[in-house]
Amino acid sequence: MADAHELSRRDFLRRAAGASAVALAGVGLAAALLDKNGPPASEAGSSAKGLGDFALPELKGRPGRMAVVRADPKAGAPDRRAMLERALEAVGGLGAYVKPGDRVLLKVNAAFATSPNLGATTHPDLVAAMAALCAKAGAAQVAVTDNPIHSPESCFALTGIADAAAKAGAKLLLPREELFTPVNAPGGRLLRDWPTLSGAFRGVSKLIVLSPVKDHHRAGASMTLKNFYGFLGGRRNVFHQDINGVIAELAVLTRPTLCVMDGVTVMLTNGPTGGSFADLKAMNVLAVSTDPVAADAFGMELLGRRAADAPYIAMAQAAGAGGADYKALNPSFLDLGA
Amino acid sequence: MPLLRITTARRASQVFFLVLTLLFCAVSTLGGGFFRLSGWPVNLILDLSPLTALGTLLTTRTWYAGLLWAVPVIALTAFLGRFFCGFACPLGALNQAVGWLARRAAARVPGARGLALHERLADNRHSPRQAAKYYVLAFLLAAACFGSLQSGLLDPLPLVFRSLNMTIAPLADAHARLLFARPRHYASAWLLFTVFAGVLGLNLLRPRFFCRYVCPLGALFGVLARFAPWRIGKRADAARGECGACTLCDSFCEGACRPSGKLVHSECLLCMNCLDACPQGRMTFAGRPSAAGETHLPEPSRRGFVFSLAAGALAAPLWTIGGLADAGKNPLLIRPPGALDETRFLERCIRCGQCMRVCPTNVVQPALGEAGLEGLWTPVLNFRLGTSGCQVNCVACGHVCPTSAIRPLTLDEKTGRGAFAAKGPLRLGTAFFDRSRCLPWALERPCLVCQELCPVSPKAIHTRTVYEPIRFGQARFVRAQDDGKGGARLFLSELRRPVVNLGSGDYFLRPAGSAMDSPEKGLRRISACAWAESGQSLTLDAAAGRADGSAAWKLAADDLVEVLVRLQKPYVDAARCIGCGVCEHECPIAGLRGIRVSYENESRSGPGRMLA
Repeated sequence: MADAHELSRRDFLRRAAGASAVALAGVGLAAALLDKNGPPASEAGSSAKGLGDFALPELKGRPGRMAVVRADPKAGAPDRRAMLERALEAVGGLGAYVKPGDRVLLKVNAAFATSPNLGATTHPDLVAAMAALCAKAGAAQVAVTDNPIHSPESCFALTGIADAAAKAGAKLLLPREELFTPVNAPGGRLLRDWPTLSGAFRGVSKLIVLSPVKDHHRAGASMTLKNFYGFLGGRRNVFHQDINGVIAELAVLTRPTLCVMDGVTVMLTNGPTGGSFADLKAMNVLAVSTDPVAADAFGMELLGRRAADAPYIAMAQAAGAGGADYKALNPSFLDLGA
Repeated sequence: MPLLRITTARRASQVFFLVLTLLFCAVSTLGGGFFRLSGWPVNLILDLSPLTALGTLLTTRTWYAGLLWAVPVIALTAFLGRFFCGFACPLGALNQAVGWLARRAAARVPGARGLALHERLADNRHSPRQAAKYYVLAFLLAAACFGSLQSGLLDPLPLVFRSLNMTIAPLADAHARLLFARPRHYASAWLLFTVFAGVLGLNLLRPRFFCRYVCPLGALFGVLARFAPWRIGKRADAARGECGACTLCDSFCEGACRPSGKLVHSECLLCMNCLDACPQGRMTFAGRPSAAGETHLPEPSRRGFVFSLAAGALAAPLWTIGGLADAGKNPLLIRPPGALDETRFLERCIRCGQCMRVCPTNVVQPALGEAGLEGLWTPVLNFRLGTSGCQVNCVACGHVCPTSAIRPLTLDEKTGRGAFAAKGPLRLGTAFFDRSRCLPWALERPCLVCQELCPVSPKAIHTRTVYEPIRFGQARFVRAQDDGKGGARLFLSELRRPVVNLGSGDYFLRPAGSAMDSPEKGLRRISACAWAESGQSLTLDAAAGRADGSAAWKLAADDLVEVLVRLQKPYVDAARCIGCGVCEHECPIAGLRGIRVSYENESRSGPGRMLA
């Protein structure tokens, strides 16, 4: 007697095959993805080492080049482009550093969403001048970047850097999250597996740092090396506990091709934010150096301070990032218009 | 067949207003360029709400200029009825779309209502419960009469902008990053989304459920249309034969206003579906009453009406008893720059979230509990979220506030420049150090991030330098080796392995037990430290330059020396602090910050004043 509810052979086989497939899928998945040890305490350890060395190879192990240009304030407002061209000329011309086809990254200080005349950020005229000169030297691409304190869009807009970059045909790289990956500073004790703006360095062959010269209560001064702080992401402020140590590590995190220090207007007090014209003093100086440590040592003089007031300078030298005795570079001192 | 069916025109209009709403949300990012907040009238849709206009009229006795856009809407409604619901409301369009899509999809789900005619008829039958929204309106207006503006919670326009701004836009942009360079955070976004999803989900119960049963703006339109001369109605036209009572008009009616029978005029959304549906072309939009009779409102019960009026009238005074806008104000209730004092602020804020959307640093957040139930989803600054505190040179929030709960400040007024120099900068609150958490105060570590980033000039955070002996910083002197340049290398024993880098420039050495009357006396900076179990050495900077020449101490073997840390201890100058919160945001104590801003001394309130 055929029972409608009785299992037919065909139905049984079909179900048995289906059940086996489900069981096998379970076994296969577990076998393929088996993790015998469980998760590690952290995902650290796979970090890249540093952000790259962009210093000219022919300057390796030799004193760098440096030039300081002073503009005559009586001849009108200092023209940063003219000053920059003059200084570059004295160190062999930009063509010695930026070759046709180079992809140049300009690291500016855009930390705060303030207007450029407050001197807390890299002056847009300097950005425009450097970007245009790089393009003239045949650079395939010029990008501008920083990871500022305030909201990045506001910072680049209000400092005038976004406009300056756009006008000079340079690409603005906002510090988007996906540009940050963990990096170790070479020999670093503090910068281990720390998120840094490595994505901005993709394909880059030359790095030029453009920095203002500013007072900084904790670090002594904020110039070229302190500007490297802007490569860091994450809650980077924990490193203020050892600010000199971290700046010395930043000094070897990457090595720039060129450093430009803008001392046309120097922030003497209330740094690094400033906020008032009373904090500024016109010094009408612009320095170009291949050595960031030497540049900062010279900057301390502009601020009327001793290099020892910023201990990171000596520490960066000890770490091999450059020489604190900038006079050993035999810098050219030039007067614009003279 | 006419060239353009009226329902097609209605759909086109709905799409237009919905796209406009999405566009305004998308372009509300600060900046120049076409798809940025550069001249777009991003408040235009919000300004169209007569409920916002009437609500703020009741709370403030004024009609704020931006809300003049509500006037033509009122005028058109008075003559044409609820055209806004049918043709313009972005939430109405979403509701209608969800209701239709859900029923189309439900065709395959057994038991669910689909698009079959008899199911449509059941869906769109008029219900006396549609009176509920008039109770909601009565509650809101009564509360407004007593100074509490709650209309924004249920007004569809703030609701839709709030939901788009704080849930949909950040979700949609999570990967594209066209709107925000960094992922946005909004506190209680889950709840905002739940409410929005709930409103849309209710369409599964009835098409346009929210519009029919809840929407206070729709209720207001229903009341305003009391004398509308032009309206939907059935024509008695012998030439067209008898109305067969086929109820096709009812079946397609989005507002459930009963077009086949005694038409409930206030419920008609002007969806115009009945005009299309009637096989005899009997339905018209014209200046005559419906042939089958009409009534103005769904019959609200007098009891329900009185109850909701009383509840609204009591709610605001009860909230006042709670004292949250007064002496009991939450210390962390920091409003955006330009916000009115708390009482006047709550008379105006419609919780549309425009300020939270536009804030470039993402610190303006929807309040969940900070402002009490009365202030649900009003803007509050949360300095832990976002990319930094309130930026000094930004006044965006006040300029997108549709009701001026946050005044549109000039930069001069915010920063206390120009004509406002005498008044000084606008203050949001005051920062206070938590000396039990601050690194230099509590943990003998140098830090000073807060002082560095204080944007005021001169800085509102200043420091006093002290030298404090560190824990386990004592050692025995073994011998010294001069480097010939004034510096020296000291060999020591018994120094415990340091947990910090003693050569970082922040640490100093002196003979132990030196008098503390002059803490700098006899200190020499350590520039390098080498530590091994067998012996330790510290390299000291040249002592030159010390005015008191005191660095020339002489040590004998076995003398005790101690390491001191140089700490710049930070202090807040409350008279200069503007409460911008950059210090709190950047404080490296990631959890409960070592410096925190609370509302004291905020410019907006007299009682909040702290300094004499």
